[in-house]
Amino acid sequence: MASEEYTDRELMVSAAAAEIDNGDTAFVGMRLPLIAFQVAVSTHAPDSMAVYESGVVRDAPADGFIHTMCDLPNLNRAVSTTGMIDIMSRLQRGDVDVGFLGGAEVDRYGNLNTTRVRAGDREVRLPGSGGACDIACMADRTVLLMPHEPRRFVEEVNYVTSPGHASDGSGRENHPAPGGGPSALVTSKATFGFHDGELYLRSTHPGVDADDVLADFPWDVNTASDVGEGTVTTTSKPTGEELELIRTFDPDGFWT
Amino acid sequence: MAANSLPTLEEAVSEIESGSSVAAGLALEHAIPFAVGHELLRQGTDDLTMIGPISDLLFDQLIGGGAVSGIRAAWVGNVSAGTGYRFREAVENDRIRVENHSNFSIALALKAGAMGVPYLPTRSLLGSDIFEESDLFARAEDPFTGDEVVQVPAVNPDWTVVHAQRASPEGDVHMWGNTGITDPAVGAAENVLVTTEEVVDSETIKSDPSRTAITREQVTAVVECPFGAHPSPLTGHYNRDNEYYLDYHSQTDTQEAFDEWADEWVYGVENRDEYMELVDADLSITEPTVAAEVQYGQ
Repeated sequence: MASEEYTDRELMVSAAAAEIDNGDTAFVGMRLPLIAFQVAVSTHAPDSMAVYESGVVRDAPADGFIHTMCDLPNLNRAVSTTGMIDIMSRLQRGDVDVGFLGGAEVDRYGNLNTTRVRAGDREVRLPGSGGACDIACMADRTVLLMPHEPRRFVEEVNYVTSPGHASDGSGRENHPAPGGGPSALVTSKATFGFHDGELYLRSTHPGVDADDVLADFPWDVNTASDVGEGTVTTTSKPTGEELELIRTFDPDGFWT
Repeated sequence: MAANSLPTLEEAVSEIESGSSVAAGLALEHAIPFAVGHELLRQGTDDLTMIGPISDLLFDQLIGGGAVSGIRAAWVGNVSAGTGYRFREAVENDRIRVENHSNFSIALALKAGAMGVPYLPTRSLLGSDIFEESDLFARAEDPFTGDEVVQVPAVNPDWTVVHAQRASPEGDVHMWGNTGITDPAVGAAENVLVTTEEVVDSETIKSDPSRTAITREQVTAVVECPFGAHPSPLTGHYNRDNEYYLDYHSQTDTQEAFDEWADEWVYGVENRDEYMELVDADLSITEPTVAAEVQYGQ
């Protein structure tokens, strides 16, 4: 099926879903990842599982739209509805392969801020961590998702809600958090990887110029070729099947 | 105790004194005890310290109504819309104390409280400002492996408030669906207030003991309160009223706007029955799933 028109957020869901490997246990939180897991388990990752900090464990999409992880379609026909310490303990043991995180700010090491940002001379309070700090510290790898807005890309985040990699090029080796740290950043214009714990441009979305993406950052962002990770490619468009699934899981485009 | 001698919501909530610490919203976006929150506002209870993991609207409403002086939580906002304006404005104007947690750190704090130990260790928080900017937690070396861990001190709320599907007059409670940190919060609390969709006899509870989440000696009061979790969803009873969350977001961006909202939804109703007359969304279960029969026996 040929790709058709799609929204930025539909592409982000498709790119996020691609970060879930078959067989993974994925830690899913709020917003786009709610849809991305359902796409992944319906396509290339049928043996993946989702765990949610509310205590839900699922192996299949919800039969109905979900605004939150606790909407009844996400609890109905779950594999298990348990508690948070159960889920977080699996994470702490190292049994979660991939976790998804959003952020208001991100720096070159993948540190994320969802607690408080500066706006001119005032500080704006944001909701906070939720489970994000726990996922960032302890998941084997994390995938960061955020709209592509220059103000979100900063030299130093105002508050480290969710730790990224060490700033000495060692990734997580010399970092006190036990998990593997960020492995990808997906924005509404591009995808990025991390090399020696530092962000690099991996692909731009169809129709987006790499130079325009790089100009949105306050530091000189490496590209795939700078770090020996091939060249900057073009992000795959969502397939027709993916778009159909996304529009089934989110029929009114509430999240996408 | 017969069901007709159970306290009313008003009577039970009046036992929560101003200045108390109150854990609520423990099953995350599920089964949030909004009826109790609104009754606290009507009674003018204030100087509360609210404890929870994420708070999907409830804490924002209590802050807007002037009931809160402190927050110990991982996230306060509106899961459908993002920002909770009353929380944001109160923090930005230094009107409330905020102790920033992660979901796991508040879970462990309550678990330590429930276990009667002074703290529990975790591998979370390391490298975050939740740890670095706080004087609550301690860094420690595991005496057995030498690994670095964070010690999370116990929290024991004065009150834990939960909304459940059914409870007996004696105070034994059945819950199903996800429970978040309900279990450790109940175990840690000095007092537990249970609101329930349905009061059932003890035999119903004992027919399925694996579903019993709370037992009577932990419970201070049981109140029958249908729709006590609206607008949050409750497994087997009603769906999330998402429009309410979006409307709240658009109607509470200033204190004046919140006051107007609260005049309608909180102060303008005397009880939960009157409140539910304001709700016109159809939140009913559309495709009931009936669990396979479970047999116990001897």
